[in-house]
Amino acid sequence: MKIQMTVNGVPRENDVEPRTLLVQYIREQLGLTGTNIGCDTSSCGACTVHVNGESVKSCTMLAAQADGTSVTTIEGLAKGDQMHPMQEAFMQNHGLQCGYCTPGMVMAAISLLEENPNPTEEDVRIGLEGNLCRCTGYHNIVQSVLAAAKK
Amino acid sequence: MIPAPFDYKRAGSAAEAISLIGQYGDEAKFLAGGHSLLPMMKLRLAQPAVLIDIARITDLSYIRESGDHIAIGALTRHHDVENSPVLKQHLPLLAHAASHVGDPQVRHRGTIGGSIAHADTASDLPATTLALGATYVVQGPNGTREIAAKDFYKSYFESDLAPDEMLTEIRVPKMNGAGWSFQKFNRRAQDWAIVGVAAWRRGNESGVGLVNMGPTPILASAVSSAIAGGASVADAAALATAEASPSSDLNASAEYREHLAKVLVRRALEQSSN
Amino acid sequence: MGGSILGERVLRKEDPKFLTSGGKYVDDLLDEPLLQGALHVTYARSTVAHGRINSIDTSEAAGMPGVVAIFTAADLGLQPVPSSFNPAAARTLLASDKVRYVGEPIAAIISETREQGEDAAEMVFADYDVLPAYTDMMAAMAPDATLIYEACGSNIVFDTTALGIPANTGDDFFKDCEVVVRGEFMNQRVAPCPLEVRGSAVAWADGRLHQWISTQHAQGAHAPVAATNGVDPSQVRILTPDVGGGFGAKIGAYPEELLLGVLSKRVGKPLRWRESRSESMVALGHGRAQFQRVVIGGSRDGKVTHYQLHAFQDSGAFVDMGTILAPFMTRPMSSGVYAIPNIECHTTSVVTNTTPTVAYRGAGRPEATAAIERAMDLFAYEIGKDAAEVRRMNLIPKFMEPHTTVVGQTYDVGDYEESLNRALAAADYAGWRRKQAERRASGNVKQIGIGVSVYVEITGGVGNGEQAKIEILDDGSALVYTGTSPHGQGHATSWAMLASEKTGIPIDRIDLVWGDTDLTPVGSGTMGSRSLQQGGNAVYSVAGTLVEKAKAVAARLLEANEADIVLDTDRAVFHVAGTPAVTKTWADLAVAEKANGGLSHDEYIGVPGATFPFGSHVAVVEVDTETGKVTHIAHTACDDAGRVLNPMLLEGQIHGGVAQGAAQALLEEVAYDGDGNPITSNLADYAFISAAELPSVTVVHMETPTPVNLIGAKGIGESGTIGSTPALQSAVVDAVSHLGVRNIEMPCTPQRVWAAIAAAKK
Repeated sequence: MKIQMTVNGVPRENDVEPRTLLVQYIREQLGLTGTNIGCDTSSCGACTVHVNGESVKSCTMLAAQADGTSVTTIEGLAKGDQMHPMQEAFMQNHGLQCGYCTPGMVMAAISLLEENPNPTEEDVRIGLEGNLCRCTGYHNIVQSVLAAAKK
Repeated sequence: MIPAPFDYKRAGSAAEAISLIGQYGDEAKFLAGGHSLLPMMKLRLAQPAVLIDIARITDLSYIRESGDHIAIGALTRHHDVENSPVLKQHLPLLAHAASHVGDPQVRHRGTIGGSIAHADTASDLPATTLALGATYVVQGPNGTREIAAKDFYKSYFESDLAPDEMLTEIRVPKMNGAGWSFQKFNRRAQDWAIVGVAAWRRGNESGVGLVNMGPTPILASAVSSAIAGGASVADAAALATAEASPSSDLNASAEYREHLAKVLVRRALEQSSN
Repeated sequence: MGGSILGERVLRKEDPKFLTSGGKYVDDLLDEPLLQGALHVTYARSTVAHGRINSIDTSEAAGMPGVVAIFTAADLGLQPVPSSFNPAAARTLLASDKVRYVGEPIAAIISETREQGEDAAEMVFADYDVLPAYTDMMAAMAPDATLIYEACGSNIVFDTTALGIPANTGDDFFKDCEVVVRGEFMNQRVAPCPLEVRGSAVAWADGRLHQWISTQHAQGAHAPVAATNGVDPSQVRILTPDVGGGFGAKIGAYPEELLLGVLSKRVGKPLRWRESRSESMVALGHGRAQFQRVVIGGSRDGKVTHYQLHAFQDSGAFVDMGTILAPFMTRPMSSGVYAIPNIECHTTSVVTNTTPTVAYRGAGRPEATAAIERAMDLFAYEIGKDAAEVRRMNLIPKFMEPHTTVVGQTYDVGDYEESLNRALAAADYAGWRRKQAERRASGNVKQIGIGVSVYVEITGGVGNGEQAKIEILDDGSALVYTGTSPHGQGHATSWAMLASEKTGIPIDRIDLVWGDTDLTPVGSGTMGSRSLQQGGNAVYSVAGTLVEKAKAVAARLLEANEADIVLDTDRAVFHVAGTPAVTKTWADLAVAEKANGGLSHDEYIGVPGATFPFGSHVAVVEVDTETGKVTHIAHTACDDAGRVLNPMLLEGQIHGGVAQGAAQALLEEVAYDGDGNPITSNLADYAFISAAELPSVTVVHMETPTPVNLIGAKGIGESGTIGSTPALQSAVVDAVSHLGVRNIEMPCTPQRVWAAIAAAKK
């Protein structure tokens, strides 16, 4: 079936199987491999992107469900050489190690701040309950988000 | 993992959705937010041949004051239930319970109707709407009917919803300033409740719903009767498991669940009584 | 180190890529020319924990859409491969005569798309004669137990008595002790759960096999891949893309990876393989799974004189690295930081019908530490003294010369008491004890628990050094080739810091090459916290030697004596002493040396031995005594890993280690039902710890340099895990010790805490 959506500001039109997940469409058909798959139970959040500006686990959406929407992935955040303030905050605060959870974590964090611009540490920890990381122990991820909130 | 193959249809209205489900029968399932159904399909625990996407029936997403109750369209997302000023004012217990469903990403997609129709005893909103005395409005090929929440849930993932029917609205009586409490006991913040309690109290009236204490969400009627009869919170809470039949699983034994239910009902009533 | 970049919080040069376009992990290699047209491999797996295979029916699967081929062990003529640790335990890479765990690969399906492979895998049907399945080591050791590997003659596959170490003596060992306390602890099975599961891709080109693996050690996979494919290692190139975490579980090459070249040859196409998370939960190696019988004895004043440990190591269904962690990691570290004069340690490794165990962050040392720390707590309870004070009384005093323990391990340098003091002070231990006393006095439902651990561990015990090569390019930038294999640790930044320190070349002009057996043929990978002390050490040494080589070239170009040449690292130029305006750049030298094979230095730098990081953790929990729920409210870690190269990276390693250690203490456990079916085989059922369950960590710096290498560094990668688990378990017990509780098994779930309180009341 045919689907159309805007991805990182670029209109796209492709043929997909009904069962194609949005994350597969993004990675395999659009070649945007920044978004990662970390589990099969919607637990880890590595696949988090924005659909119409809201954080969503792209592994728990069919590409067909995203038809007609505007999707933003990690690749769509920076403007040329200028990183998004959240990306910058993660770099300044060592918020990543192996990088696998990072795109999803950054997308989730941006959505978190949009809905709660002045979170407490507890707000951030609970707000990221759907994003798992094995490397950082979350300490610096939390610091990164709090730093971004101050900007 | 990836779902088994299926056909995909989209419905633009409730009537169209019901017509499509009538056509395909039990080979088809409705797809709203997909956050209960798609995870099951990815593990191949569910393999419907046809998915009918109803998420774009925009006129089923609403939150309206309607006299003594609030009418919530079945396709209203948890995120919108959580943040609704109308609900925060009139049904704070429901708005708060919605904030506990899954995680923020799940709440951007999942719907209250999807959650209720899924009829998972471990979900937060079935027990919460049950405690609040909700009525569910269901549409089918033969018209519309209303089902009281207490008559809706039959067994694990089984409800009174017929295969060719669709939940369209959830009607919940206003709380009118009642005290309330939501106790969700889990291992990790993103997990389903091991045991959960949704409670409200206004004077001698109360409603207590239990999450994951049986094959269906449980209305703890014995507790409410005790409160109505003037019992203390402690004495009423001791009756928390009167209607429950909890199971043992990876996370908790039935015995531990029963203990938790009593403790959490007591705490919920204490908090609701302030 | 005035003016030096070493010791500075240098931001990672890796980050812009990871943050903007994302890492390029094995499943992201979509543009790799050799992999164009690749087919997909899916493995069908055993659904039975122990059984003889009567037949494997692939006929229905073979006819499904997009299926190109299906192979079983018989189809490939696979021969049994013996374990390196016990040759009698041999298995074929796809199960042939028997299956020994749920999840064991039984067939390989090649399909056009990954989805088609998953569809087909469901239609492979094996017929088994089911055998008794053992998930419990004691049952597997029973005299009448069915053998898992018949040729082993027993399900005990490794025992320290076979090394000539006598079995533990009985109660006689403790006859002179005033106080004797016994305990049995399960250091439970956990799943490493790197966020990136396993994956690999292969292509044959010009007779050579190119294989990309998400691995911690490309050089280690080289020979086994070559052997499996029946070719000389020179015909194999292993490459390492970005790797999304490993934690020890991606050290060794697995059957699924080893077979890919064989499969690719059969179908004549490149192949890609990637497991699902559910597969990974049963087929990626598991960690820990050690049962411990402990006896501790001493005098009532607090002096511990005798300690005895019998560790039963669950090997799982093969004899992989997990088997030998107890004898070669737990046993040597069994005395911990304590000057206990009489110690016995016996280890017994047992196969069971579960996922094979492998190294997992700490690999045998968390187990050693957990056992002795629990024992010290029990001893302290028995004599009625504060747990931190009893530890202090028994610590090995500060030493700056090698210290050999009674178990025969020689530690490099240690100052355990100082780390304990710093941790207790930073944690405000006294303040928390006051709060605890207040809550106990008022009978508060929520009680405070404080746990203290003091640990020492062994790092750099793998490999005797490392290879490093530094090459200067014509534009004056540098390529550093390392035998380490970073997967989050920041080597591109760290090794650039070390090379920059010596050469003056800016960090952003120094790039790292790793994990490619053509370009970095020699290397011991990244594991056992070895990388900085061996790999970084080699880079540092080679950079220094390269500077000396460069000076000789500069001398030639500047027509001066070599002894008069100065390298100004601020400007990265060479000049004659006293004449700073006349310079030669690194680019000048590289171009000048082109005819001589270029300006580079390549050398293997050995180290004399392992190093012994140490430290002390203080964990604070709040326990709801009605429900049993544990909340981790504060954590202080004082970890001494010698000289610190980049404090920011060091802290990150500690944070990550603490999270995994806390996860074991409070949440995570791999579980099986009675038939050997895994019941925690996805991330919804397995309680992988999230940000919401953790506090921020107070890191207390302490640096006692080691003389073992040039940098003075030990390894920090596993310390956080080793120190945190026992501190947390101790804290949970401490919270309810006034109610009579003395031990709670890990993970300290609410139900276990509640049950312990209820039992103590009786």
